[in-house]
Amino acid sequence: MKKIALLLTAVLLAVALVGCTGGGGVEKTMSLYVLNWGDYIDEEILEAFRKEYSYIDVHYDTMTSNEEMIIRLQSTDSIYDLCFPSDYIITKLIKQGLLAEVDTSRLTNYGNIDKRFLSLEFDPENRYSVPYHWGTVGILYNTTMVDEPVNSWDILWNEKYDDQIYMYDSVRDSMMVALTKLGYSSNTTDEAQILEAEALLKQQKPLVAAYGTDDLRDRMISGSGALAVTYSGDAYAAVIENPDLDFAVPDEGSNIWFDNMIIPKSSKNVDAAYLFIDYLLRADVAAANASYIGYSTPNKAAMELLDAEMLENDVFNPSQDTIDRCNAFVDLGEAEKLYHSAWTRLKAE
Amino acid sequence: MKRKYFAIPYAVWMLVLIIAPMILIMMYAFTGQADGAFTLDNIKEALNPVYMKVLLRSLELAVISTVICLFLGYPIAYFLSRMPARRAAILSMLFIVPMWMNFLLRTYAWMNILDTNGLINQLLVALDLGRVKLMNTQGAVVVGMVYNYLPFMILPIYNILQKMPKESIEAAQDLGSTDRQVFTKVVFPLSIPGVISGITMVFIPTITTFAISRLLGGSQFMLYGDLIENQFLSVGQANGGWHVGAALSFIMMVLVFICMAIANHFDKGEENGGTMI
Repeated sequence: MKKIALLLTAVLLAVALVGCTGGGGVEKTMSLYVLNWGDYIDEEILEAFRKEYSYIDVHYDTMTSNEEMIIRLQSTDSIYDLCFPSDYIITKLIKQGLLAEVDTSRLTNYGNIDKRFLSLEFDPENRYSVPYHWGTVGILYNTTMVDEPVNSWDILWNEKYDDQIYMYDSVRDSMMVALTKLGYSSNTTDEAQILEAEALLKQQKPLVAAYGTDDLRDRMISGSGALAVTYSGDAYAAVIENPDLDFAVPDEGSNIWFDNMIIPKSSKNVDAAYLFIDYLLRADVAAANASYIGYSTPNKAAMELLDAEMLENDVFNPSQDTIDRCNAFVDLGEAEKLYHSAWTRLKAE
Repeated sequence: MKRKYFAIPYAVWMLVLIIAPMILIMMYAFTGQADGAFTLDNIKEALNPVYMKVLLRSLELAVISTVICLFLGYPIAYFLSRMPARRAAILSMLFIVPMWMNFLLRTYAWMNILDTNGLINQLLVALDLGRVKLMNTQGAVVVGMVYNYLPFMILPIYNILQKMPKESIEAAQDLGSTDRQVFTKVVFPLSIPGVISGITMVFIPTITTFAISRLLGGSQFMLYGDLIENQFLSVGQANGGWHVGAALSFIMMVLVFICMAIANHFDKGEENGGTMI
């Protein structure tokens, strides 16, 4: 019995020692807790960072929605040092006092960022956020099933495509489609307009095959649907997998969004967070990351390193014309409730 | 009696993980978002016709799934119980092993089977029979529920049938019962407690389930579980979603209590009637 206990102790000690010396014998003096969207970074970059800064112990977690991230950040024992929320969520986080101010002088690669993506409405003085990626929302469609030009949201109401239409299962994105089709702002707080958009979506519901999120990309690649409301980066990746697919941002306009890097006020490893942000801003890193995930990068220096083929791609690098007809979401304040009620009613019907 | 100390972990578990959350749900359900004062507004909101429609749909699908599970599960349990123990053990592994896999993974597998370009449709197209719409239908949601919860119906019934004394059956046969009478007059009545616990174990998870309707129903047939999840995660705390979500959970809890009470009532009735367990 004693022998076994001794043996076990020895094994445990050995394991513990190996654990300490793991990672090339460098002691981990810093930790970094990152919370990001699923499939929203090139894992190789994460590995490269771990190698380059071997003294930082990087913990990487993923989330599926902005709302989930807010809940995690609000928790009194939030552990995260770096998150990637979208524009209108930043407004909310700033209001709730959850964000630490970013000292841009600590970011040596800050100058790589295209000025067009700084000083945006949600953080006009860039005090709390650093741009990560951006993109649009549009229609991903299968050219073998859709024979007419896709240039309007109207096509999502065309009975010809009954049961072949996929909508995005998110209140803001789907309401944006209906509001834009009606010619209203996707940030409207007017109850009558919101109700009108709800009625329009209700009218569309019988034609909709499914309301989905990340799964839509796979369903479109497999050819299960003709039309899907999709984020540009997902569309970029889908078109590579299935060349029959194409992506269009309707003429009526659409949503343009900006995901950003932020440091929560509760962060305990601010230094490591700065190092990681700066690493992601490095031109070569940002270029590799953008070509992997397929979302547009606000990093000017990185754009110069990318293949001409990517830069010519309208999905990855939308024209100024496309950008001009798109609007970003803003925080709706109290009116958000109206959107949620409308959406719940629609889904519950 | 020192033995009662063994119950301490159980008591602590109950208190921390069952009683405390229930109290929290009540607190949220009956207080306002703005001032935290007592209010019935959340309950009123949770009882509005739109949500009641979702509740009715959940009830309907749960009843359908439970009935299908019963009609599929009872014969399976019956045949298993009459097999030699070794063979029954091997066969019951066949439906227990898939349960070791993650619930979501199993449901994802059904997506690939039922999809427009999925296994079934590929087969139909190969046989020149044309495609049928299987995914994103109410039927697909029921299939997902039945598949996931069938083992919970089979196991309790199997247990009780297996333990049933052979003497009861032999006595009935001695007294001249036909096989049919043996089943309807002896075997089935004696197995009622197993049937009741099977029904409870299928009905309660199916009525509160979420995710299945999102994955197999294309998020078109919102169920009560989805509604609660939506209130907490999407609507969120700032918009009072936690309060309404808690009120919805409270209504669900009351409903489940009523169902359990009915089930217990049947159970007891049978025991008085002379169950041998």
